[in-house]
Amino acid sequence: MMSLKESANAPVVIEEVESLPARPDGTPVKVRIRGLRKDFQVRGEPVAALEEVDLDIRDGEFFVIVGPSGCGKTTLLRILAGLETATAGRITMSRPPVTTGRPQPANAMVFQEHANFPWKTVRQNVEFTLKAQGYSRRERRETSDRIIDTIGLSRFASAYPHQLSGGMRQRVSIGRALAADPEMLLMDEPFAALDEQTKLVLQSELLRVWQATEKTVLYVTHSIDEAIVLGDRIMVMSARPGRILSIIDVDALFPRPRTLESVKSSPLYGELFGRVWSLLRGEVGAAQGAAR
Amino acid sequence: MTAVSPRTQAVRSFRSARRRAQRVPVRRRNLERTIMIVSPILVLGLWELCAYLRLVDTRFFPAPSSIAVAFWQSLVNGLLVANVAASVSRILIGFVIGAIPAIVLGITMGQMPLVRSFFQPLIDATFPIPKLALLPLLILVFGPNEPSKYAIIAITVFYLVLANTAAGVRNIDKAYLDVARNAGASRWLVFWGVALPGAAPMILTGVRLALNVALLIIVATEFVGATSGVGYMIWNSWQIFQVDLMYVGLVTTAILGILIALVITLLEKILVPWKTYDVNS
Repeated sequence: MMSLKESANAPVVIEEVESLPARPDGTPVKVRIRGLRKDFQVRGEPVAALEEVDLDIRDGEFFVIVGPSGCGKTTLLRILAGLETATAGRITMSRPPVTTGRPQPANAMVFQEHANFPWKTVRQNVEFTLKAQGYSRRERRETSDRIIDTIGLSRFASAYPHQLSGGMRQRVSIGRALAADPEMLLMDEPFAALDEQTKLVLQSELLRVWQATEKTVLYVTHSIDEAIVLGDRIMVMSARPGRILSIIDVDALFPRPRTLESVKSSPLYGELFGRVWSLLRGEVGAAQGAAR
Repeated sequence: MTAVSPRTQAVRSFRSARRRAQRVPVRRRNLERTIMIVSPILVLGLWELCAYLRLVDTRFFPAPSSIAVAFWQSLVNGLLVANVAASVSRILIGFVIGAIPAIVLGITMGQMPLVRSFFQPLIDATFPIPKLALLPLLILVFGPNEPSKYAIIAITVFYLVLANTAAGVRNIDKAYLDVARNAGASRWLVFWGVALPGAAPMILTGVRLALNVALLIIVATEFVGATSGVGYMIWNSWQIFQVDLMYVGLVTTAILGILIALVITLLEKILVPWKTYDVNS
């Protein structure tokens, strides 16, 4: 990787409003992004990582972002997670007012891998977010019991990450993200390092958990297949600087609830795969050329 | 069927796989172990024989058997125990005084660039001074008794633990800090939940180094300004030409060094089990 330094002018903050105006078709909007741009400083020169990103993410949808390496898809996620600031543009997030109970965190991020604290057990990893959010010991215990059950690791609650398989470790990451009940899940290629079969199992479990919670999910992936089986909509991005090439509505072809099997066995799957790949093929070539 | 957790099963199959992999060279490993035990015995036997045959000057190189007798006598008459206790308590008290501020400052420096900018030049400038060279100054400031000895150990320990702690915090995987930030963790939680455990393996490396150097420093310190301690025992037995006892002192420092290594290894198993695993796998 090049050493990238953030440019310092006019940081873009994420504005929060009680509700955003709905889209013309009536669907409620969770995040509205307008004219988003992100520059990195490379040897004193600004290099655009993201450009002209205009996007509405609908409330409760599973939104997948695919694009060639280095197209800024992870950067977009990190900006929304508050881990990086954009160079220009506007981000507005709808935050419904708290009526009862504890305020939900705006988002929680699931990272690629190696993001579990190796010095904490499964339970302590899951409870970390709760601790950060100021839950009491008893609340933490109750919540982590429920979450660990959801991610299917009840028998491993006191195991350390190094004692778990790669798939189990990613379950822990998801558990930690879900624990404090965030409004939005930001997932950065969470299953990229897993073997094919483990990936299939975790994908269908993620679908199950997501369908039960109805959270908004932003999911970054390299895999066209993963984008099709998981997403309501797929956003295809160009090579650096990352721009939106197309947004494909998958939900119209594969209505919910869906299973991996039904999607993959459908003739529409191949057609959709071809559509996404034809968009990406040129960009992947461009990214390869730029890297050379 | 007995209830066996999947983890236990996994560990068992891992162990049996390892045993299978080792089956062929078992005889060779046994041979290696035997040689490891034989070599020190051989050297001691040779030394004993040379002393017995007067091939070496026993005024300088007394027979191992007579050193063993002197060791036993000093153990029984309480001389050894008193001196070991004096040295060990100096090391431990000095260690606590030096290590705790070093860990706190090291983590703060690792997390806050401004704090690091302030302290780094001061540390870099004073680090190369041999700590033993400070002894006259410390005796001047703290007097000739225990406090000056605690001070020299504390200073020695401070630098070594500080350098390792700061490096440990700087080397913590950025992903852990991202997770903490994204979760909305406070500075306090980041310190206790991420920075301290994340730097723990390096801190322990610093502690191991610091204790070994502290042993060296305390022996040297007790040569010149002490009436107790293992260093005093070695120096005093030279002055009264009781060479057996000097060797007892040497053997004792070696044993202390080995004990330090054992304690740190144990601490690593307890405090950083995930790192011990990394080393073994």
